[in-house]
Amino acid sequence: MSSVSAPKFYETKKFKDKVKYTFVTFVLIAGSMLILLPLWWMISTSLKSPAEIAQYPPTFFPKEFHFNNYIEAWQTAPFTRWALNTLFLASVGTIGSVLVNSLVAYGFAKIHFKGRNPLFILVLSTMLIPGFVTMVPQYILFSKLGWVNTYLPLLVPAFLGSAFFIFLLRQFMLGIPNELMEAAVLDGAGHLQIWWHIMLPLTKPALITVAIFSFNGAWNDLLGPLLYINDESMYTLQIGLQTFKGTVQTQWHYLMAMSVTVLLPVIFLFFFFQKYFIEGSNLSSGTKG
Amino acid sequence: MNFVGLENYKSMFTMDDLFRTSLFNTVYYVVFSVPLTTAGAIILAVLLNQKIKGMKFFRTIYYLPAVLSGVAVYLLWMQLLSPSTGLVNTMLGWIGITGPAWLFDPDWTKPALLLMKMWSVGGGMLLYLAIMQGVSPQMYEAADMEGASPWQKFYYITLPMISPIIFFDVITSTIGAFQIFQEAYVMTENGSGGPGNSLLFYNLHMWNNAFEVFNMGYASAMAWLLFLIVMILTSVNMKLGKRWVHYEGGNDK
Repeated sequence: MSSVSAPKFYETKKFKDKVKYTFVTFVLIAGSMLILLPLWWMISTSLKSPAEIAQYPPTFFPKEFHFNNYIEAWQTAPFTRWALNTLFLASVGTIGSVLVNSLVAYGFAKIHFKGRNPLFILVLSTMLIPGFVTMVPQYILFSKLGWVNTYLPLLVPAFLGSAFFIFLLRQFMLGIPNELMEAAVLDGAGHLQIWWHIMLPLTKPALITVAIFSFNGAWNDLLGPLLYINDESMYTLQIGLQTFKGTVQTQWHYLMAMSVTVLLPVIFLFFFFQKYFIEGSNLSSGTKG
Repeated sequence: MNFVGLENYKSMFTMDDLFRTSLFNTVYYVVFSVPLTTAGAIILAVLLNQKIKGMKFFRTIYYLPAVLSGVAVYLLWMQLLSPSTGLVNTMLGWIGITGPAWLFDPDWTKPALLLMKMWSVGGGMLLYLAIMQGVSPQMYEAADMEGASPWQKFYYITLPMISPIIFFDVITSTIGAFQIFQEAYVMTENGSGGPGNSLLFYNLHMWNNAFEVFNMGYASAMAWLLFLIVMILTSVNMKLGKRWVHYEGGNDK
């Protein structure tokens, strides 16, 4: 047997790639099933009649598909109005969150100033206090400002920075080479210009992550609107969902139908935002290569 | 106002048995949830960073649980974990395993919460996926030329490149795990603490002291102690981070 022979078919890179491809696909499909099963429960309940939901043991597939649950649930209350309110709050909040947190993160990552580290620890320490501890003082503050029953308590904090996002974006910005900034400084760029023209484009995947998280958070926020909003016309979808949880009886079929509906916009948003995720990658790898 | 000095802090350690229980439960949850979710998110991100047909759909599916809002998820899981009719035990039954009583068995309540937490690991995955977009493909191509194994590529390229986010994830999820509250509150009939107080977490005990017993002084003392514990852990993490976190940008630490 000659010592130099063509590699066997199972030793070629092409074959190995194919095995890997098949294996990863298989694992991902299996995992997807596990993820989706609990969600199927939600969808299945949303299509059942109240009588079937009460049945014991519960059925896996609805016997009859009551698609009407979706329409009826939507019509029980001014949900169109509430959906627009929620969209407005989540969109404005997301813009504020992306801009402000990235600007603050830029300061912590790339500008050297005295007391930077202690100040950063101070920012982090705001995460260490549970939400319900600050809830009451915060409410008193906003009510003294006369902001109760306006959107201000829900919108203004989004423009004041969040420790979680500042920390996250700082981590990404520390990875941007200093040389890029130094070149811009030589060209006479100030910090705001460096932030806008260099940092933002290069941290695109991170900014999209922050945008997705912020939108999601505002979309799902129940406590905020519940505390500060009294007018029914100003309600959000999450408050609307609560109306199905009656004191006497929970309308599970409506609750689940509406939960699925509320979920859809966020899922679409995530699905389409991914495009920019990948585009961002080409940019940053291009500069590093 | 009645000034009691350090009396509140003293009674935590000497009088209040539930305080010790709540601290134990919380530390148990932190010790398991932080490594499990971090490792889970990284593995998932590596899988979802491959070039495979339909990847957009896979990513969306795995991110889905993170989209769902708090209370609805807890109610959903209470149904799924129901010992006799729940989906989880039904599925375990298919492969011949008799599932535990989950939220009704003191030994299984915390694992039940960990299971629920692992289900929504897609949120953390997104962070790793984001930073993996910044790793240049040339590095992997160069490693391929040298004949590196997949494990070597992961260990010598991927891990150092994503270390800033591992660092972030470990710190923030430690903070988050110490503050576990909502799930325990919703899933134990308005904060009763579950069977054998096995879900009485630190913040739940604090909440009960503040808003059920109205002992605000004691609750505030508890809040300060937790702040101190987590602050020390965070500082230690920050110090240790300087040794293992790699920033591409240069020596900015």
